[in-house]
Amino acid sequence: MTLPQGDPNLEPSVSDKPPLRDDTHFAAGRIAVFQYSGVVIFLFLIAGFWRLQVQNPEYYDERAQQNRIKSQPILAPRGRILDRDGRVIVDNHASFTLYLARENLKEEHLKPIAQGLDMDPDDLQSLVRRYRSRAKYEAIRLKDEMTPADLAFVDSHRDFFPELEVITAQRRLYPQNGMLAHVIGYTGEISEQELDSPDFAKYKPGDIIGKFGIERQYNSTLMGVDGQRQVEVDNLGRVRHEFKEQTVQPIPGKDLQLTIDLDLQAVAELAMDGRNGAVVALDPRTGEVLAMVSRPTFDPNKFTGRIKAKDWKEINDNPDHPLFNRAIQAAQAPGSTFKPIMALAGLETGTIDENFTIHCPGGATFYGRYFKCHLKQGHGSVSLHKGIVQSCDTYFYNVGNKLGIENIAQYADMVGYGHPTGIDLPHEAAGVVPSEEWALHVYRRKWYAGETISVSIGQGALTVTPIEMVRAISGIAMGGVWHRPHLVKDQADEPTSWPLDPKHVKDVVDGMYGVVNEGGTGGRAKLPNIEVCGKTGTAQVASAEYVKSVGGGHELKDNAWFVGFAPREAPEIAVVALFEHGAEGPLAAPIVRDVMKAYFDKKARLETWRQQQTAVAGAIAAVETLGLPAAPSGGRN
Amino acid sequence: MARYVATRDIDWTLLVIVLLICGVGVLQIYSATLGTDSHSAWWKQIFYIGGGLVLMWLVLPADYHSILQRVPVMYVASTVALLGTFAIGEQTFGSKRWIPIPHTGIHLQVSEFVKLVIILLVARYLTDLRTEEVDIREVLKLAGLVLIPAALVLAQPDLGTALTYVAVLTVGVFIAGLRWKYFAVAILGAAMMVPIGLHFLKDYQKARLVSFRDPDQDPQGAGYQVIQSQTAIGSGGMFGKGVTKGTQAQLHFLPVPYKDFIFSAFAEEHGFVGVVVALALYFVMIMRIVQNAQTAPERAGMYICMGVAALLLSHVLINVGMVAGLMPVTGIPLPFMSAGGSSIWTSFLALGLVHNVRLRRFVN
Repeated sequence: MTLPQGDPNLEPSVSDKPPLRDDTHFAAGRIAVFQYSGVVIFLFLIAGFWRLQVQNPEYYDERAQQNRIKSQPILAPRGRILDRDGRVIVDNHASFTLYLARENLKEEHLKPIAQGLDMDPDDLQSLVRRYRSRAKYEAIRLKDEMTPADLAFVDSHRDFFPELEVITAQRRLYPQNGMLAHVIGYTGEISEQELDSPDFAKYKPGDIIGKFGIERQYNSTLMGVDGQRQVEVDNLGRVRHEFKEQTVQPIPGKDLQLTIDLDLQAVAELAMDGRNGAVVALDPRTGEVLAMVSRPTFDPNKFTGRIKAKDWKEINDNPDHPLFNRAIQAAQAPGSTFKPIMALAGLETGTIDENFTIHCPGGATFYGRYFKCHLKQGHGSVSLHKGIVQSCDTYFYNVGNKLGIENIAQYADMVGYGHPTGIDLPHEAAGVVPSEEWALHVYRRKWYAGETISVSIGQGALTVTPIEMVRAISGIAMGGVWHRPHLVKDQADEPTSWPLDPKHVKDVVDGMYGVVNEGGTGGRAKLPNIEVCGKTGTAQVASAEYVKSVGGGHELKDNAWFVGFAPREAPEIAVVALFEHGAEGPLAAPIVRDVMKAYFDKKARLETWRQQQTAVAGAIAAVETLGLPAAPSGGRN
Repeated sequence: MARYVATRDIDWTLLVIVLLICGVGVLQIYSATLGTDSHSAWWKQIFYIGGGLVLMWLVLPADYHSILQRVPVMYVASTVALLGTFAIGEQTFGSKRWIPIPHTGIHLQVSEFVKLVIILLVARYLTDLRTEEVDIREVLKLAGLVLIPAALVLAQPDLGTALTYVAVLTVGVFIAGLRWKYFAVAILGAAMMVPIGLHFLKDYQKARLVSFRDPDQDPQGAGYQVIQSQTAIGSGGMFGKGVTKGTQAQLHFLPVPYKDFIFSAFAEEHGFVGVVVALALYFVMIMRIVQNAQTAPERAGMYICMGVAALLLSHVLINVGMVAGLMPVTGIPLPFMSAGGSSIWTSFLALGLVHNVRLRRFVN
């Protein structure tokens, strides 16, 4: 290549060849424009970084912190529920739920995941497909209650399938077969309405609270305070580091000891098997509830976590209303169980004395209407004692007629009828004690004298719940001291008392003793060596005319009641049984007997055991004082 | 002519700056991959840089005029190689860009090397015209030649790399004296083409454009990368969080913090001060290359240097603009910093071309 010396443009005259037009000077201006453009571009970039790093670093720093630092709750375990002997009724168990995160989901992982978890791969595919239109961060709930095999699979494949995530939760473990279901209740996620109510205002969405029964009543005791830990997570949410000094330890919920005796409860549950109704056993000396059954029942385990729509429908659509706690909510006519209270009212007001006697021809006419006795042929000459023992309706028609509705209402009120007992369970209902004022208030009408006659034998508008009834009879058995029934031990209790004449109480109690032990209507409640007192009741659900007109039917059959206590002197236990549509009072008596028998059998067993212990301890003490080597069993020192 | 070639004429300032940038890159790759499967990337990067220096050296002896002689061959070979990428290329992140080299484990990104061919093509074409004010018809012919490989790259799909080809062409015809009015018309035409272009863009590209304008619209989807990148940069503040202390990169909130998003990882750990220093290095580097264009003995050398300058400037603008949320997300590397052999080698080869021109500036 031969190029001319010097710049051809500067010295065109020197060259004899035409200019090659290969000089670069023409471009100098445009190159300068490029340089200035470069300056502008770099300033533009620096301005962008200035805006991010110098003007708003706090904003982005906060975002980075939010990215990386997550606070995770440390769930406080809920307190356990124990029976009166400290046996565990309700416990917690760790439950693991598996989620499939979709942000980094790889399609080819689905098949091995399905195989590892023992799921149908096609099901899993279609499940993932159904989620396709949802937001990416919404994880798929794959499995509740993971088995140990599932957990092992997920754990060992953590690096292969980072999309699998296990959430641990503490679940309630309730007794099987719906035992004690109505007393204990169940827990669930707090609802919108509950968050607005003052009782639950301190909780936050997502909290698990008691919804029903003891779980609800003592929620603040049972529920602990969740702790919190600060962790550093990566983009997949995996924990990389824990800020230990920031951790707030959870405060576990307190255990709750009930007054329920599981031995008695089991017997009562068994006795009510296949029947609808309720059983309540009380200690009349304290008001402690020893057993409480309501049938039909439900399985509270189905309510923990999220209840399945099918299960909810099954429980909700059941015509027998399994969620209804009959022991505290079923207000029914007490029937003849009201007679001891009538007798007491008659004696206390002086309307009658223990010698008041009538003749029962099988019924009597009051105010132009004939009222039948349950015994068609009549009881003949009836005294107070025989009236209670034989449950003579005619006798109590006469007592009621002499007393008048206001006296009856006053004494019904005294034993606690018409008021909630104040038992420590939510949603307690109260029965109705009718009176002139009540008629005026509720129905805006006059009281009819004939109604008094019906109320005298526990019919008419009078209704009572099982818990009201057992409390009322307990108080009479205690000579006029009524305790508030309660389910949690060691509660301060201000009993209601009424100065009853002990002689009047004895007359009534002796009558109730006769019901069981002197060939009365409650003979089936008899126990050897135990002086059981009680009263049967058969309460009409509908009038006899109505039953005849529709041709009968199970739900129109009479309710059977039995309420009793034992022993006659110094009572220790009182039991009521309501056997819905059980047709006749005597049918409820064996249920009460079974529960009482369980109580006294257990007491005897404990007594024997204690005597043996004392004997053994005495023997060891004797051996030690003799200076002989201690028995092998004494080697605990 | 070879007797004029001497190592003392190498642009030492330029080389030192480039090696500084490479060093920053290696450090950042080391930090960003700490504790991950990709941690070997930092020493691989040193190996690539060494290889790049060798490649640069190999480019020096052959006079760039003789290289320009072979442009038609290289052009045809490039087009065939790009077509081959479709046939045997490996797909990564939804796009086919890489050709595996058997028995080496290395994957070459053909479109990276084609950048050099585009630079040479533009330089050769414009030099051969020998005019001081390039004619629009010639520009259209040249544009046609550039658009064939550009279209092939766009179809991979790789919008960012295709844009760098266009940048080289644009700067070339601008230097060649294309009238301003044509640039005005081109800008207007491009603006009108946007709606039509959108029609042909892939869904993910559209999503990126939308998220560029409003990253918060879909924070878990396409906007995620921009938000995380801005968060990384912004949280770095004035002085940064320190090497290996950048939580956004260390905890993987930042996508590929050692490749396309290396600059936001760098900004997070070194702050605004570090950013200004790094951008200053890039600025000086590009201006040194422009200076080499200005001292080039004749037009071919000038066009080559300006092509390299245009390529690097467009790379910095697209990549750094992207991580700061000033540009749409397009996956192109940051020259001399991002981990990856193809990018490093292409950049060093381009540097070799600049030196090839520089060493012959006293040819007469």
